[in-house]
Amino acid sequence: MTDTNALVKVEHLTKAFGSHVVLRDISETIQTGEKICIIGPSGSGKSTFLRCLNLLEIPTSGTITFDGTEITSDKTDINKIRQQMGMVFQHFNLFPNKTVRRNITLAPVRTGLMNQEEADEEATRLLERVNLADKADAYPASLSGGQKQRIAIVRALAMRPKLMLFDEPTSALDPEMVGEVLGVMKELADDGMTMAIVTHEMGFAREVASRVLFIEEGVVMEQGTPEKVFGSPENPRLQDFLSKVL
Amino acid sequence: MGAKASLSEQFVMSFIEGDRWKLYLEGLGKSILLTLGALALGVIFGIVVAVIRTLHDQQKGGKKSPGLVFANAVCKLYTTVIRGTPMMVQLLIMGFVVFATSRNLMGVAILSLGINSGAYVAEIIRGGIMSVDPGQMEAGRSLGMNYGTVMKEIIIPQAIKNILPALGNELITLFKDTSLVSVIGMTELTKVARDLQARTYLPLMPYLGIAVMYLVVVIILTYLQGILERRMRKSDRH
Repeated sequence: MTDTNALVKVEHLTKAFGSHVVLRDISETIQTGEKICIIGPSGSGKSTFLRCLNLLEIPTSGTITFDGTEITSDKTDINKIRQQMGMVFQHFNLFPNKTVRRNITLAPVRTGLMNQEEADEEATRLLERVNLADKADAYPASLSGGQKQRIAIVRALAMRPKLMLFDEPTSALDPEMVGEVLGVMKELADDGMTMAIVTHEMGFAREVASRVLFIEEGVVMEQGTPEKVFGSPENPRLQDFLSKVL
Repeated sequence: MGAKASLSEQFVMSFIEGDRWKLYLEGLGKSILLTLGALALGVIFGIVVAVIRTLHDQQKGGKKSPGLVFANAVCKLYTTVIRGTPMMVQLLIMGFVVFATSRNLMGVAILSLGINSGAYVAEIIRGGIMSVDPGQMEAGRSLGMNYGTVMKEIIIPQAIKNILPALGNELITLFKDTSLVSVIGMTELTKVARDLQARTYLPLMPYLGIAVMYLVVVIILTYLQGILERRMRKSDRH
């Protein structure tokens, strides 16, 4: 096996909250350019798996390697790693005390990636890309859910990440706003971004994913191309799950 | 004379004669100065304690640094002792035990009230920080910013909005508590009234008079607090 393209390498990842084991000995690799969609019932551990990748959750055991650096090692500066991984949350988590522009420029400036002027230019460029240039000086409270999530996506992109993590990015949206967010994600995928997406949008997963992981009870029960996972699922739990959501 | 004096005579003796009203104003000035000094000190103590306790509580996993565990224990002891004993007893201990030989009564009073206030302010600030959505810290950290930057740029500014009303109440409580420092002999507003009463044997006007003065200041503070809160709510809507 050649791992030259492996951007993320997860080995024997286990995560427990107290005595409650959420992830059981998961080993997985994400290649550069892959679009991984992670599906599964709620409480299956898929969000926890995603949050382990940037150490928002600290793994109980196992190792995670990102771009050649073992991030689970105590010696690794996690801030430096996180600067290269964007994350988009279910509840947007925009900073309500800052304008849209400052939401986007804060991290690039504060981490020394850009000066304020460069960051402002980048913010303008990114906002134009998602058709929200006119909202640059607005505060998040005045935006719709779809607008907030599109801004959350470009906020993460402003750090020029090598990997984007999406944690149920459309689950908190009104139905008519889901499309605009998925549209931005689709464009991002077409641009070649490496993405890991926890989602309940099976249509999106089928269309965009290069690989689909089905997680249930803390293990990857089945995985493969969307055609295989959605077309001819083998695992009975996956068949059961799909019959409920499709 | 005393009890036989008419109300107007009492008023003249308590406020006008010998320009005594000036003594009240001086006392009121000292009470206000004491309040502001103690609040400033209280906010400093409060922030330090709140940050230590929040840091301690937010540390994940089993690897807590022993220094932080110790600092957290000290902070807990501080808030427990201060909130569990009467303000006046604390003043008596500070004035007649710890600083028995100090002649800087204002300093002792500010320190005592500040230490007292800090314990309450710490809990106010801690509550304010905890009331900010944990997703805010996660979003900030996920962008690669360190804990301190996220605290300063994202969490504290949002916490202050939640904290200010409670801090206003603390200011009002503190102002009224300044009347207690007369027990260590400092001449603030209440001590002025007690001294005059002792000299003229007329309690009515001095005590009613200072009650009105305290009330007026508190009404003004409450009014200012209301304006501040309305302005903060406006900035929420945008």
